[in-house]
Amino acid sequence: MAKTFAEKALGRAAGYEVQEGDIVTVYPDFCLSHENASSVADTFHSIGQEKVYDPDRIVIVFDHTVPPPTGSYANSHIKTRQFVKEQGIKHFYDMNCHGGICHQILCQEGYSAPGLLIVGSDSHTCTHGAVGAFATGIGRSEMAAVWATGKLWLRVPQSMKITVNGEFKPGVAAKDLILKIAGDISSSGADYLSMEFHGEGISRMSIGERMTLCNMAIEMGAKNAACKPDEKVFAHLKDRAKKKDWEAVWADEGASYVKELVYDLGDLIPATALPGRVDNYAPITKSAGRKIDQAFIGTCTNGRLEDLRAAAEILRGRNVVVRTIVQPASVEIYQKALKEGLIETFIESGCVVNHPGCGPCVGVCGGIIGDGEVCISTANRNFTGRMGSKTSEIILASPATVAASAVNGVVTDPRDFVNGSAGKGEA
Amino acid sequence: MTFQSKVIKYGDEVSTDLIFPGKYTYMMLTEEQMAEHALETLDPEFGSRDVAGDVIVAGWNWGCGSAREQAVKCIRKKGIKAVIAKSISRIYYRNSINEGLLPIVCPEAVDQMENGDSVEVDVLAGIIHTKNGDFSFPKFPEFVLGILNSGGLIAQVKNEIAGKNA
Repeated sequence: MAKTFAEKALGRAAGYEVQEGDIVTVYPDFCLSHENASSVADTFHSIGQEKVYDPDRIVIVFDHTVPPPTGSYANSHIKTRQFVKEQGIKHFYDMNCHGGICHQILCQEGYSAPGLLIVGSDSHTCTHGAVGAFATGIGRSEMAAVWATGKLWLRVPQSMKITVNGEFKPGVAAKDLILKIAGDISSSGADYLSMEFHGEGISRMSIGERMTLCNMAIEMGAKNAACKPDEKVFAHLKDRAKKKDWEAVWADEGASYVKELVYDLGDLIPATALPGRVDNYAPITKSAGRKIDQAFIGTCTNGRLEDLRAAAEILRGRNVVVRTIVQPASVEIYQKALKEGLIETFIESGCVVNHPGCGPCVGVCGGIIGDGEVCISTANRNFTGRMGSKTSEIILASPATVAASAVNGVVTDPRDFVNGSAGKGEA
Repeated sequence: MTFQSKVIKYGDEVSTDLIFPGKYTYMMLTEEQMAEHALETLDPEFGSRDVAGDVIVAGWNWGCGSAREQAVKCIRKKGIKAVIAKSISRIYYRNSINEGLLPIVCPEAVDQMENGDSVEVDVLAGIIHTKNGDFSFPKFPEFVLGILNSGGLIAQVKNEIAGKNA
């Protein structure tokens, strides 16, 4: 019988054939934590086991509170460093020249690979389906149990299939597609499902664009997301794969899906999600003109080199008129952006460039917003109060849209700045 | 496993940011401190009210967003026995089982309950008795009941490990 990606990947992990609805006990290949590792470590110690099941499967990346803005956060870092040393955890990324946002690091450094099972104590762990891994988020206590026992139970999810054809028009990007999908199916439209992305439109995308899509699957309630692993992924992993026994798995033709959707990238126009809900979709033609107080370009959704390039293309030779924060997703990206002159462009146009990390997106540091303020952001969430004050608001958009909006001080169609193609097309 | 409770009702799309703000998420807090901040952004009075033994009744997608389990711990520490919602986000649902807070999905029942109502929940039978009638929800599988009966996942793992070492 034809199988879905989830059935194949979880069957591989379980060591026998499985089908949707089965409960399997599986041993993840990698277990990702960030700052919450200190809390996981406390819970692990409370279990009464001296050593973790396998230190080489644990990856810890500092990203949520870097550099630490308070003593409490700094103490949390100290506790995690002690745990890393005590347990002999090699895959540890402190705040230094190797660091960045955990999901960027996991992909960039070759932990995420096709067919692997990855769990993370972070909801955006679904990002790693971009290279064909089965990856999902769990809570921090559950992570402590996984550190101790090496295993967890998972229900093999039902699946939905999104087929993507065609090519983006100038000024339109992967973020615009995923915001449109969220608007179409709603913030619970993929509840508990495995979200598979199919089609030549996905094949043409970079790994980074696929990460943008898979990253936001959780915003529709998905358990995981996945793109078909291909030559781009294999080339990326050639020198970087941390585990050599990965295996490309993908859905069979004729597998069964609870929902199927088809998109043509050529039909899309720049998208926004208006404050409060990620599915609060508004095409740029409806949201343009709304006043903003801050612009933010970065995060695990859109802090990669191609995102910074798209923003810089618009900002080059122009000045921003609102506070604009640029935060590369990793130091490696930061260095490449420096070499390409992108950072110079950002600084000359009036942006502030942050050290790689998550701070503003999660409302912790590096760009908190105040009462009644509105931030347009390339992040994945616009929940009330997330970036700071309870009365502040967040609008989600692509890097190009955020950059264009920063120049005008109001939500702006990036096509006004790209190839003079403003105002064409309607989705 | 049957209990009687008073209803505290909220709406749709209550995210974990509304239940437990990000600014506290990476601080090392005790469960008592977490409870003080419970639902701070949505219902600022909640943290200081006596809600022990009550149930939260909510609309669609309760607990969407972040994997932060403090969003479960903070209300469980306040003494909330169960969340009865039209739907519950996946990670919140899983965290609830792991933390010993009952996650009950029963869309039909939610519209029949008001703030302050008394309800009775029969967990094993999978029935909610409301003033407007009785409603069934899917029974929990055995292994999930095992986690709940152990007092949560960590308690269960502790028992297993202690058993192995004995």
